[in-house]
Amino acid sequence: MVRRRPAYGAGAPHAVVLLGCFTIAGWAVFLVSGEATVWRMALWFVGAAIAHDLVLFPVYAAVDRRLRRATRTDLGNEEGRPGRAAVAADRVAVLNHIRVPALGAALLFLVFLPGILNLGDATYAAATGEQRVSYAIRWLWVSGALFLLSGLVLAVRLARRR
Amino acid sequence: MLSPTGVAEAIRRGWRSPLRGPRLTSFLGLMLLLSLPLVIITGLLDYAAYGPRFGQAFPTHVSWMRLPLFDWPTRPAWLFRLTQGLHVGLGIVLIPVVLAKLWSVIPRLFVWPPARSAAQVLERLSLVLLVGGILFEIATGVLDIQYAYLFGFDFYTAHYFGAWVFIGAFVAHVALKLPRLIATLRRGRVPTPEPPDPDGLVASRPGPVTVGRRGALALVGGGALLLAALTFGQSIDGPLRRTALLLPRGRNPGNGPNGFQVNRSAAAAGIQPASTGSAWRLTLTGGGRSVLLDRAALLAMTQHTARLPIACVEGWSTMQTWTGVRLADLATLAGVPEPASAHVTSLERNGLFRQATLQSNQVADDDSLLALRVNGADLSANHGFPARVIVPALPGVHCTKWVASIDFRPGGNG
Repeated sequence: MVRRRPAYGAGAPHAVVLLGCFTIAGWAVFLVSGEATVWRMALWFVGAAIAHDLVLFPVYAAVDRRLRRATRTDLGNEEGRPGRAAVAADRVAVLNHIRVPALGAALLFLVFLPGILNLGDATYAAATGEQRVSYAIRWLWVSGALFLLSGLVLAVRLARRR
Repeated sequence: MLSPTGVAEAIRRGWRSPLRGPRLTSFLGLMLLLSLPLVIITGLLDYAAYGPRFGQAFPTHVSWMRLPLFDWPTRPAWLFRLTQGLHVGLGIVLIPVVLAKLWSVIPRLFVWPPARSAAQVLERLSLVLLVGGILFEIATGVLDIQYAYLFGFDFYTAHYFGAWVFIGAFVAHVALKLPRLIATLRRGRVPTPEPPDPDGLVASRPGPVTVGRRGALALVGGGALLLAALTFGQSIDGPLRRTALLLPRGRNPGNGPNGFQVNRSAAAAGIQPASTGSAWRLTLTGGGRSVLLDRAALLAMTQHTARLPIACVEGWSTMQTWTGVRLADLATLAGVPEPASAHVTSLERNGLFRQATLQSNQVADDDSLLALRVNGADLSANHGFPARVIVPALPGVHCTKWVASIDFRPGGNG
């Protein structure tokens, strides 16, 4: 037992737990393997992870980097310099008051995408007995409200600091 | 020439966020550890509610991958409304937590070499199942409730087996990581950025702190609250329903007694007005005979009124007042006063839900009706005129509309 350990790299419980995980996954795959669309499912399964890790994440990370550059909050700690701390704090406040509503708007776009982009009209009509109306305007309103609210709070915060 | 190791090292040094670290990851992990089991259980309960013993839960062949068989209760009447509302609602609300959790550990994805032992290879493979699984479930679920079947495969099959792949990986991940989560959270307060950790979550050259750990967690919580505020309206009646601003079921389809949400329109079901007019007859069978009733005969029977929710697998629900004949009375009329089950068939020819089998308790409940009227008016065509089934706590799609016949099946030993 002790001898085998270096070969595997972890204890027996580790192997047992993962064996259980792969058994369940394998069984699920076995049960769907008869479906004609099984490859499509596999594609979406792997595609979902790739879309998140290699598209969504790099995109929002890049947007945030730009924001930090634009608000000059990526320069490092300026608290050491007299008089600069207040300016730095203001910049961070501006950054975060853009970040928060932007994240909110992006989150809503991501989750409610079909309604906003009018996807699946036919299935919508069959299900509800009504025509789909685009929610793009509603999404813009909600997003606008988030930015407005954030801007107002920022204005109050900055005014109080003066 | 850049070596993979060189690239990996450049990427490693490129992680600058001062927020990442075991403590943040553990907090997010704890949130998911406490909430995701509820989404899993309610999902499995939903499958049970569809009646797998009658072969009417989809996917049909799941071998042991389901809860033990049991009769889905009719009480409380809001049971399915609650379980399915939670499954969908909580599933949506947790999206920002899942995204934040993935953000917190993403440097691990680019570690080089990816694995140093067989154990690490296997663990990384299990993480593919974990991450792919949760994102697959979120994507298919979110698209399904908004009627955008972009994926081109059967939703039930994919979402159900995808869930099992995730469940296996989730249990394994919790088993392997829980000790570290507990140890990390027990350690008490740590500064931001956190001290260097063996997993390399903490940035080697952290950038300036622009949001504290608490701020980041509040942001995640705020995202969850925002989604909650825009989702739960689909389970509420009245003006508050409209708060589900961006969801299909945030709309109130008209006023009047029949002005509530439709799950499948008469047009989509191919219901011809001629077949629901004066020529319509309800056929009751069971006990070796059949009884034909027209709508007038049904209206002449003892009428019962019940206020019951109708809840959809898509998470939305609505409470209405239904009037009609008790299913138990129809069973008696058919000569099977205590049926083991009842098979209801619709006029609809092609839909997946043109028929449903009801358990004995679902026939026997005092509020189980063949409804003829709703909120004091005749059912509209979209709500199943001339008659539809309504049973407490039964999934909406099994409350068959445009009922053509009911076969009451006697029990094995009387």
